[in-house]
Amino acid sequence: MPASPTGMTKVFSRPSSLTDARFTYCPGCHHGIITRIIGDAIDKLGIVERTVGIAPVGCSVFAYLWYRCDALQVAHGRASAVATGLKRANPDLIVFSYQGDGDFASIGAAESIHAANRGENITVIFVNNQVYGMTGGEMAPTTLVGQKTSTTPDGRDPRVSGYPIRFSEMLAQLEAPTYITRQALYDTRRINDTTRAVEKAFRNQAEGAGYSLVEILATCPTNWRMSPSKANRHVEEVVTRVFPLGDLVDRG
Amino acid sequence: MPKGAVRIDVERCKGCGLCISACPHGVLAFSGTLNTSGYDVVRMERPEACVGCAFCAMTCPDIAVEVYREKSPAKEG
Amino acid sequence: MEQRMLLRGNEVIAEAAIRAGCQCYFAYPITPQAELLEHMARNMPRLGRAFVQAESEVAAISMVYGAAAAGVRVMTSSSSPGISLKQEGISYLAGSRLPAVIVNVVRGGPGLGNIAPSQCDYFQATKGGGHGDYRMIVLGPSTVPEAGELTMLAFDLADRYRTPVMILADGLLGQMMEPVSLPEPVDPASLPNKPWATTGAAGRDPNIILSFDLDPEKLKEMNQVLQETYHRITENEVRCEETETEDAEIVIAAYGTIARIAKSVIRMARADGIRLGLFRPITLWPFPYDPLRALADRVETVLTVEMSAGQMWEDVRLAIAERAATPFYGEMGGVVPTPRAILNEVIKHAR
Repeated sequence: MPASPTGMTKVFSRPSSLTDARFTYCPGCHHGIITRIIGDAIDKLGIVERTVGIAPVGCSVFAYLWYRCDALQVAHGRASAVATGLKRANPDLIVFSYQGDGDFASIGAAESIHAANRGENITVIFVNNQVYGMTGGEMAPTTLVGQKTSTTPDGRDPRVSGYPIRFSEMLAQLEAPTYITRQALYDTRRINDTTRAVEKAFRNQAEGAGYSLVEILATCPTNWRMSPSKANRHVEEVVTRVFPLGDLVDRG
Repeated sequence: MPKGAVRIDVERCKGCGLCISACPHGVLAFSGTLNTSGYDVVRMERPEACVGCAFCAMTCPDIAVEVYREKSPAKEG
Repeated sequence: MEQRMLLRGNEVIAEAAIRAGCQCYFAYPITPQAELLEHMARNMPRLGRAFVQAESEVAAISMVYGAAAAGVRVMTSSSSPGISLKQEGISYLAGSRLPAVIVNVVRGGPGLGNIAPSQCDYFQATKGGGHGDYRMIVLGPSTVPEAGELTMLAFDLADRYRTPVMILADGLLGQMMEPVSLPEPVDPASLPNKPWATTGAAGRDPNIILSFDLDPEKLKEMNQVLQETYHRITENEVRCEETETEDAEIVIAAYGTIARIAKSVIRMARADGIRLGLFRPITLWPFPYDPLRALADRVETVLTVEMSAGQMWEDVRLAIAERAATPFYGEMGGVVPTPRAILNEVIKHAR
């Protein structure tokens, strides 16, 4: 890092609960922003020493490298069930799972639903970028109608592949969850909202308040074939029409 | 407005340009210089316009930006 | 003081797990192990321990992974089709070096099969139903009291070697009732600390638990650690039992419920003048190749009897090669052979 300027105070730096490792994500990918926001929440609540993170299968498979806390890398889709096991074994731990749209809403759909339904006192971060990044850009349950992916080369056809799943809305029907919200990162205001939401989701767990889910509309510039800035605009103008932003459940 | 400045970690920057779009004062631009990963690194092209709002740092997906701000004399004491 | 109780196999396994200090139990209902689940549902919560009826066997083994990572003793149980669902999770447990106990109360298969007892999951248990170069300690109890003893042993072995351990029972053993004495409960708090567990990184570097490395050389090293562990287990943990083999001309090789039936067959055969013995593996992995090979040098015939199409039979033949005749008698589909049926096979091969 270049030398700091004289006569000025540092007002923004890397969260202390993150390691120095360089992220393996593509340029402009929102995973990095979310990771920083989680680091900030852990710092703010002072919980790094009792936090355990759960990395899924997907682009964020290496998530265990980013945090200065204990972590697990687990089978595809199972993070919500693993989180259940960890938390039931040791309720003093702050357990968070970090899952993409395949992990959370496809192969892990049952585990996601039932951890929410049991009201497990965990924090779930669901990164929804409407595509499977790591495996080369295939359709996700959240892929938009007409969206071209490697397994929907002519665009998602609902007659063949159904419609994008609004999983948070489905979980909002359940009695147990304490906090379910959908956020985005396409401008500074949204980044601030997401920051508050993620902090709330961790604070809820620290206070024993129950199940918290933050769904974050993220970009995948590589598989959307867009520049990072265009990808942000795509979320703002197109994706939010299918996946509305805001709090779906807030019983905290 | 207080004066601000940013410092960009050249080897972390992936030249994604989100910071350039996020900056409200047009401070940042691609430098045309590549880092060892081959990315065109961002630099402060108009440092005099920086107010230290940190919008760039907030959006940087690689936490490559540190932000500094002059303490505003009117707010102290 | 030990108390004597009349319990069925499923309940003994559950109670033994509790007394071994099992802190968490996660499972999905499936016949014929429902009583195990029910015993845990009644007893774990009142002891302040975790019980969750999971949404599937897949979820259950994933919960086991989490609790094992947290450093506590944890168990799941199921039967054949449910154990098939757990295979990915078992591979992850093995690859991540996590201790756990998995109980399979085997039923007729393949597919939905039926709920009658069987031994048709031997291959799945001992040759690895999950992917990758891993093994799992497999213990085969033959009586209800032994089911309790081996369950307690399973937790010790799992912790000692950081590996999943399977109790391979069958539907008959699960349902049968016998008088049992179980030892005093272990206090989970008295169990040795697990420095590798994800207990929260206060005062130490973070612990990362995974089964993954993109670099082949590094994954090879991870595999070598597993292979060294399996080598140590093979050296130290083989268990088997021989009954009346000192003067035997023909020996039955059998495990679990069949071994129990074989003990009746020995009495019947010897009354008929046939010097019959029994070789009973207790660890199905590591399989007792050496003791069986030594025995084969002294007898004419080793007759493998299983409730399957012949799975342990392959290991018996691997051990014995040409040293003795190695015929097979099996029943599939959940049919339990009678002592008379087994005796008829013995007679056929003894003459």
